[in-house]
Amino acid sequence: MKKIFLSLLAFNVVFFSYQSFSQCKNFAKKICKLELLPYVHDGIYNATVLSEGETAELYKTFYAGQEYRIAVCGDENLPPIQFQVLDTDRNVLYDNKKHNYAKTWDFKLQSSKQLIISIQVQTAEELTDQILSGCVAVLVGFLNVEDTLQK
Amino acid sequence: MLRNLLNFSILVFVVLILYSCKGTSSDENQLLDSTTIADQVNKAKQIIYGIPSPVETAMLMKRAGAKYSQEFLNPIENLGNYSSTLSMALNLGVYSADLSFSSMFDQSQASIKYLSACKKLADDLGILNAIDKSLITRMENNINNRDSVMEIISESFMNTNSFLKENDRGEIAAIILTGGWIEGLYIACQIVKNTSYNQELMERIADQRLSLNTLISLLNDYKNDANVKQVIPMLEKLKVIFDKIQSKSSKLEVVEKDGKTYISSTSEIVFPKEVFDELEKVTSEIRSNIIK
Repeated sequence: MKKIFLSLLAFNVVFFSYQSFSQCKNFAKKICKLELLPYVHDGIYNATVLSEGETAELYKTFYAGQEYRIAVCGDENLPPIQFQVLDTDRNVLYDNKKHNYAKTWDFKLQSSKQLIISIQVQTAEELTDQILSGCVAVLVGFLNVEDTLQK
Repeated sequence: MLRNLLNFSILVFVVLILYSCKGTSSDENQLLDSTTIADQVNKAKQIIYGIPSPVETAMLMKRAGAKYSQEFLNPIENLGNYSSTLSMALNLGVYSADLSFSSMFDQSQASIKYLSACKKLADDLGILNAIDKSLITRMENNINNRDSVMEIISESFMNTNSFLKENDRGEIAAIILTGGWIEGLYIACQIVKNTSYNQELMERIADQRLSLNTLISLLNDYKNDANVKQVIPMLEKLKVIFDKIQSKSSKLEVVEKDGKTYISSTSEIVFPKEVFDELEKVTSEIRSNIIK
């Protein structure tokens, strides 16, 4: 009986973890990626399951002269997602909270730099027994070379 | 058996009773519980390393004035040489970079061949359906539309690295990215060597020191993996040379101009030719060991 119980428990853990990941992939691919248009997605998958209050940071080098769009999206059942773009000294260059939790930010750099995209799932205003959690995706896109050169 | 079942049922009953008691606790307790858990969760921080994808590297090279040359790419004929997990993963990265490079320069036949090579290695690595037949057909049907081609390539990368991360094989995803990064660096070095030290391209190569640090951090997350153990020394060799590049830059400032946002700063990079030559030599050695 114990074996059956443990097997069922293990199955549930594996099954639901896999489901969360699969949902995350589909969320990133089918919903968040659309936020990048007309920018070309760089093809790198950055998505994870986060709970309210939880934070994640993406470290990435952005290159001079390239026009970028950062898209940060969260599952619809999650509270708003705050994202900040920081330099390596952690000075804030952009905060989407000041822009009504905008999902995207477009920018261009004069010289190549490593930047940090810091994400935090805000805590829900209403108190509940459960901590909300869901998929959060951070995608980076850039403009096609001809578009950039013309501009 | 029956007795065990009875014991288990009692256990479930007790757990349910305890759980329902917790559910009817006072609002004050609920608030305390929520705050405590939220505080704990708040401390958790996940770190994600954003590595430049081969598409991005190819675009940077084209913007810097690079010209296409087939001889810089890994010949398709080498495909049969790769049978270990390490060589397949590294060369999936290499061929991904070659695919991006040939597509960026509208080399349609080469692009289809490299996509097929990527499919073979992805299949052999057990990365299911990352590059399926429909993706290749879409590529063939849209081969003259570069935006569509780049979109298809980006989709194939996303399928590959999401599959690996979801299946707890992040170390393979990291090795593939390393292979792609080294191939991009190799191609860029060859172009510079053959075009009288193109200044803009040299600057983009120097910028790779920033990505190299991120790449090493990513691989260090899997430093106990036998394959990753073989890859890290390659990058450390390159880091020794990249560390000879001197740079200084001013504080970043965000400037709004004509409805666009610019992150402005001045930056000065000292990248002597001797350092470039050393980098080119070591990169070529590492790359020829990967593709042999």
